[in-house]
Amino acid sequence: MQITDDTLEDSQLMTINFGPTHPATHGTLHLIARLDGERIRDAEPIIGYLHRGKEKMGEHLKYNQYLTMTDRMNYLSPALNNVGWCLAVEKLMGITPPPRARWVETIACEMARIMDHMVCNGINAFDVGAGTVFFYMFQQREVLTDIFEKMTGARLTITWPRVGGLPYDLPADFKDDVRKFLKGFYPIVDECEKLLKNNRIFLDRTVGVGAISKERAISYGYTGPCLRACGVSYDLRKREPYLCYDQVDFDVPTGEHGDCYDRFFVRMEEARQSARIIEQCLEKMPDEGPVAVDDYRVILPPKEKVYKEMEAMIFHFKLVIDGVKPPPGEVYQGLEAGNGELGFYIVSDGSGKPYRVKVRSPCYYIYSSYTEIIRGLMISDVVAVLGSLNIIAGELDR
Amino acid sequence: MITQRPRLSLWQNLYLPEILRGMWITIRHMIRFKQVTCEYPEKPHAVPANFRGLHRLIQRPGGKERCVACELCLTACPANCISMVAADPGDPSVEKYPLRYEIDTLRCIYCGFCEEACPCDAIELTPHYEFASHRREDFMYTKDRLLDNNRFVPEGERVSKVQTNETYLRV
Repeated sequence: MQITDDTLEDSQLMTINFGPTHPATHGTLHLIARLDGERIRDAEPIIGYLHRGKEKMGEHLKYNQYLTMTDRMNYLSPALNNVGWCLAVEKLMGITPPPRARWVETIACEMARIMDHMVCNGINAFDVGAGTVFFYMFQQREVLTDIFEKMTGARLTITWPRVGGLPYDLPADFKDDVRKFLKGFYPIVDECEKLLKNNRIFLDRTVGVGAISKERAISYGYTGPCLRACGVSYDLRKREPYLCYDQVDFDVPTGEHGDCYDRFFVRMEEARQSARIIEQCLEKMPDEGPVAVDDYRVILPPKEKVYKEMEAMIFHFKLVIDGVKPPPGEVYQGLEAGNGELGFYIVSDGSGKPYRVKVRSPCYYIYSSYTEIIRGLMISDVVAVLGSLNIIAGELDR
Repeated sequence: MITQRPRLSLWQNLYLPEILRGMWITIRHMIRFKQVTCEYPEKPHAVPANFRGLHRLIQRPGGKERCVACELCLTACPANCISMVAADPGDPSVEKYPLRYEIDTLRCIYCGFCEEACPCDAIELTPHYEFASHRREDFMYTKDRLLDNNRFVPEGERVSKVQTNETYLRV
């Protein structure tokens, strides 16, 4: 550990362990901080407490089975991870699911983004002392988890789309549920913003805290809301549109100073834009039509066919035993996840399991700048900065 | 679109009136909104029918399991939580049956791949989710216990989305 300032001797500094099981670390993050009074002189983040070897496990799981792993990476927005994985494999195989599946996946992505931002902002507000906002936001997230539960059968570990489309169609009242959510969502976001925007405590705790410049952010490899808060209008949904993002209209909110305050309100505005995208998707998506590709080498045939037809039965057994088989090659597919660009790099050798999987998780790059951001801040700001960077340990360590 | 940064007026800087305004929002919520939490142990959380909870082995009309021991669920399971020993039942109408069928629910991740893979609608995840216990053995679901789990679903009904309500099986 390097001590940069020499007003105090090294022996006079106090070493503090923050985490790995501290309630404010949002996961098992460990930070060794060197304190000069209450100021952070230096800090060393230690990662790896939640390392589960997901990339290695990918080499032993079939392409569809790996969805259970991506579920557990960023556990605040599992749909985004799952869709990202499916997009990567579909790109590798060169297949395009039918439009209805695409629209539904877009809606699921935006719902997951709202979930992510609600948790992140709610906890961030809670960490700096605004408990009310936390409860209002979690209530909205709860509505979304209920919709996911109805749609997929699970609340968080949804394991939901498959390579090649959706495994089953939407529930009948899906659109009504989402519309009902949107109706209650806008007033709550407005209210939460009103509670915090001019709140002096919140301003004192966030303005100028944890700021990072545009250049430093880019050189660290920032993506997502944290980069946009610095004033860089970079959004993968606009730059390299995937799914149906080129057919919907939305704005990319940016900040100016790159501090906790900007990050908070960039996320708030993004959640609103996500709601806008969902509204347009509900209008534009086709009500009827297939939800998966018509190829039984990729997606399981419907059960009725499996019982009646010999061929469907053979495809069913082949697909369960061998899994989908992309051609040999490699592919990279990134998508705009809750806190940045989530990328999957897959090397395939033509078998049913990936030869190598690499996950580019946005948290990893953001967290690498953590020491630089918190150096010189008070010990109480450590939590505020950590919350506003939205570090998810499950995704950071994989 | 750039997020705006407010300039606080003197009134806002005084802080106390702002606290009261904030409290007003909270109080309004308290009065206007209905209760959103649920009193969990007293009132169980109502889950949709397709919720992926505890497994069950569906029975044939005679009470025997429908499973034909094809081992597709074992193959599809990402957590390797299912174990099976297949045997010949000695019944000319059934070729194979599971002599032992065990699900380790401590390993299970409730992904639902087993019910998706099953080619004869024999395994299904029921909406039942309250099966906590102090003993490890209670989480090992043997064939008899899985058949017993049929009580969590009304008779003759299917809860899974990937399976059909009609049956095309010879029973």
